[in-house]
Amino acid sequence: MPSSVLHLLGDRARPLALAAERVLPVSPPFVPVLPGGGLRRGSVVGLAGPGSTSLTMALLAEASRSGSWLVAVGLSRLGLAASAELGLDLERLVLVARPEPSRWAAVTAALLDAFEVVLVQPTHAVRPADARRLEARARDRGAVLVQTGGRADAWPHAPDLSLTVTRAAWSGLADGHGRLHSRRVTVEVQGRRQAARVRRAELWLPAADGSVALVAPVPADRPAPLVEHALEVG
Amino acid sequence: MDVAAERGERTLVVWCPDWPVVAAGASLTEPVAVVHANRVVACSPIARNEGVAQGLRRRESQSRCPELIILDHDPGRDARAFEPVAAALDALTPRVAVDQAGSAAFATRGPSRYFGGDEPLAGRAAALVATALEGRGSVQVGVADGSFAAACAARRAAPGQPAVVVVPGDSRAFIAPMPIEALTLVGDELLDEAGERRTVDALVDVLGRLGLRTLGALADVAATDVLARFGPVGALAHRLARGLDARPLHIRRPAPELAVAAELDPPVEQVAGAVFVAKALADRLHESLGNQGLACIQVMVTAETEHGEVHQRRWRHEGSLTAAAVAERVRWQLDGWLSGSVATRPTAGITRLTLTPDEVVAAQGRQLGFWGGETRVDERVVRALARVAGMLGDEAVTVPECRGGRSPAERVGTVAVAAVDLGAERPAARPDWVAEPWPGHLPAPSPALVTPELQPAEVLDRSGEPVRVTGRGTITAAPAMVSLPGPVRNGISPVVSWAGPWPAEERWWDSTGHRRRARIQVMVADGDAHLLVLENGRWWLEGTYD
Repeated sequence: MPSSVLHLLGDRARPLALAAERVLPVSPPFVPVLPGGGLRRGSVVGLAGPGSTSLTMALLAEASRSGSWLVAVGLSRLGLAASAELGLDLERLVLVARPEPSRWAAVTAALLDAFEVVLVQPTHAVRPADARRLEARARDRGAVLVQTGGRADAWPHAPDLSLTVTRAAWSGLADGHGRLHSRRVTVEVQGRRQAARVRRAELWLPAADGSVALVAPVPADRPAPLVEHALEVG
Repeated sequence: MDVAAERGERTLVVWCPDWPVVAAGASLTEPVAVVHANRVVACSPIARNEGVAQGLRRRESQSRCPELIILDHDPGRDARAFEPVAAALDALTPRVAVDQAGSAAFATRGPSRYFGGDEPLAGRAAALVATALEGRGSVQVGVADGSFAAACAARRAAPGQPAVVVVPGDSRAFIAPMPIEALTLVGDELLDEAGERRTVDALVDVLGRLGLRTLGALADVAATDVLARFGPVGALAHRLARGLDARPLHIRRPAPELAVAAELDPPVEQVAGAVFVAKALADRLHESLGNQGLACIQVMVTAETEHGEVHQRRWRHEGSLTAAAVAERVRWQLDGWLSGSVATRPTAGITRLTLTPDEVVAAQGRQLGFWGGETRVDERVVRALARVAGMLGDEAVTVPECRGGRSPAERVGTVAVAAVDLGAERPAARPDWVAEPWPGHLPAPSPALVTPELQPAEVLDRSGEPVRVTGRGTITAAPAMVSLPGPVRNGISPVVSWAGPWPAEERWWDSTGHRRRARIQVMVADGDAHLLVLENGRWWLEGTYD
C-alpha cells in the first residue's frame, strides 16, 4: 500500500522534474531562437557555415557553466582562449585527439555514456548503422551530440536541429588600423517535425563588449516556445 | 564516550623533508625550487630562508631569490626515488604504507616489541633510511598515537635528534601547542573526496581568524559545536586535534578473494611489459570492487620472480584509485625495484603479479538523483576517459590549462588528463589563473581556430612584393594579397582590410629563447578573418577567426 502511493506520487511529480531536465540551458540570446528554448537532451545538433566554431562554443557555454561536462573529439584546431572568451567553462572541457575512422564510432559511443555534450567533427562519412547506434545511445543517456564543421555530408541524415551561419561580417578592421572587435552573423535554425519551419536570427558573435547578443528581437510571428506537458494535478 | 580507551593506533612515520627537491637530484645546500603549473611545489631550506614558499608563483619566487634554480615536478620521479627508502624499512616490518613520496608509515605494535620499544625502533628506522638516502637528504621520524600525531612528531624532529617518540596517551598534550596550520598535514587517505583538501586549507584559514591558533585551542572547543559549524571536515580536524585516530570508521578490510593475480609466462624482465599486465589486472580489480559497491584506497602490489624473490609495496591514494592510477603505481614500484642497487635487484624475470585491495571504502561514484538521473557525473566521466585513453593512448585525452602568453595557442595549453584530478577543482583551467600582463598580446576576441603547427603563408603588397615589418615595428607596405595554406584556402586571396602590426619581443634576456614576432589581422574577400604572424622574415597562419 505505501509503495503504491509512492508510485502514484512519483508519477505525478515526474513530468515536472523532467521538463526542466529535458533541455540543456542556453544563454539568453539563444532562447528565442531554439525550439523548446534549449538543447533537447538526446538530440543530434549540426552546425555549419563560417563562424560555426564560435557559434558552437557560444551555444554550449551556458550548459557548461551550469555543470555539464563537454568533450570535443577531433577538434584539433579549437581555439581554447576563444572558447573561454565566449563563456565556456574550461574546467569541464575535455579534448580527445582525432581517432582513426575505424575507431571513431567506438570512442564517441564511450564518451556519450558519460558526457552530457559530445562535440564531434567527423572527416569521414559515418556509416548509417553507427549513426543510428550513436543516436540511440544519446537518447538513452540524455546526451547531446553536436557536429560542428567537418565533412558536410558526414552524417547520413539531417540532424534533429541544424544551425547554419549564412552570413558573417566582421567589423573593426580598417586599412592598417583598428582591430577585429565584433561580428554580425545570420543564423538559420531548422529542426524536425514541429520545428521544421526555418527561423532566422541575427546575432552579434561577439558584440564589441565581448558578449553574444541578438541584433534585434526575433520576429514576433514565431510560435511560442514549446511547453512540455505540464503536470495535471487534480 | 570513553576517550581514554579510544586512542590512535601507535604509528611510526618516516618523513624526508623537501622530498621533491631531493628526488630531483638537487643539493639541499643550494637554492632550489620544484615547480608544477607555475606554482612552487617544494623548495630547499636555503630557498625557504630567502622567502620562497609552497604555492608561490614561479616569477614571484624568482624575484625573492634571483639565483633560484627551477626544476620541473615529476611525481613519477619522486616515487621512484623513494623506493629504496621504503625498501629499507621493509627490514623492520612488512606493512609499510607509502602515502606520498617522501613519507611512509607503519603500525609499530609488532616491530616495537621485537626491537625493544618505540625508541630503539625509531632510532633504527632513522638509521636505515639515512643509509638508504646515501647522504642525499635528511630523515625525520616520529612515533605517536595515530598517524596524524606521528606525522606532527616527525615534523618536530631535528637533525640533531632525528627521532621524536611521544609517550602513549600523551599525544594530545604533545600536539596541543602546534599551530593550527599543522592540520594540513592530514593524509589524503582521510579525506573522502579530493575536493576536501581545499576544504581543509579553507578550514585552517577560518580557524586561525577565529582565534583558534593552536591545535590545543581547537581541542578545547566542544566537539558538537565544531561539527555543527564546520561539518564532517571540522569533526575530523577536531578528532585529530584531540590526538585521536582519525581513521574513519567506514574503512573495511576487504575479503581476501578480492585480490587479483596474473601469471606471466614467459617471465617479464621489462617494466613496460609488467605494467601492461598490471593495467588489465587493475581493470579487473576495479570491476570486481565496483560490483560490490566498493572503492579501493590502499592497494598492495606484489611481484614475484622466477627465483622466488618477492617485492611488496602498499600504495595509498585519496578517494578512488582508478585502474590507470594503480597501473602507474605498479610502474613506479617495479621501476624502483628493477633499476635498484645490485643487492636488491631481482635476479630473474617477474612471473607473478598480484593486486590486493588492502583497505576499501564504500564507493561514492554513482549517487542517483531523487527522480533518477545522476547528480554527480565525475566518476562516470573519469571512467569513460580512462576507457578512451586505453583505446587511443594517454596523450590523446587532454584538458585545457591556462598558461599565459602572447599567441592564442600559448595562452591556453593542454595537459594529459592522466596528470590531473578531474574530481577536484582545477583553478588552472580558469582564465584568471594567469594574472600577469603579456605586453604585445592581441585583445579579445581570440581566433576560434588555431593552427596546432604554424603553417606558412605569404603576404604581398599591391605590386606583388613580400610585406615585411621593420625593426622599429612598422610595416613596409599595406598588404594587398595573401596566400594561405591548404586547409583554409589555396591560392591568392585579395585583402579587404587589415590591422597591425602588433610586434612582440619575447624573452629578450634569454639568448636561446629570444623571439621577435609581429602579428597582423587580415580580412580576405570572402569575409573570413585570419591572424598572421611574421617571424624571421617568414609569414605563418596562426589562427582563423571562425
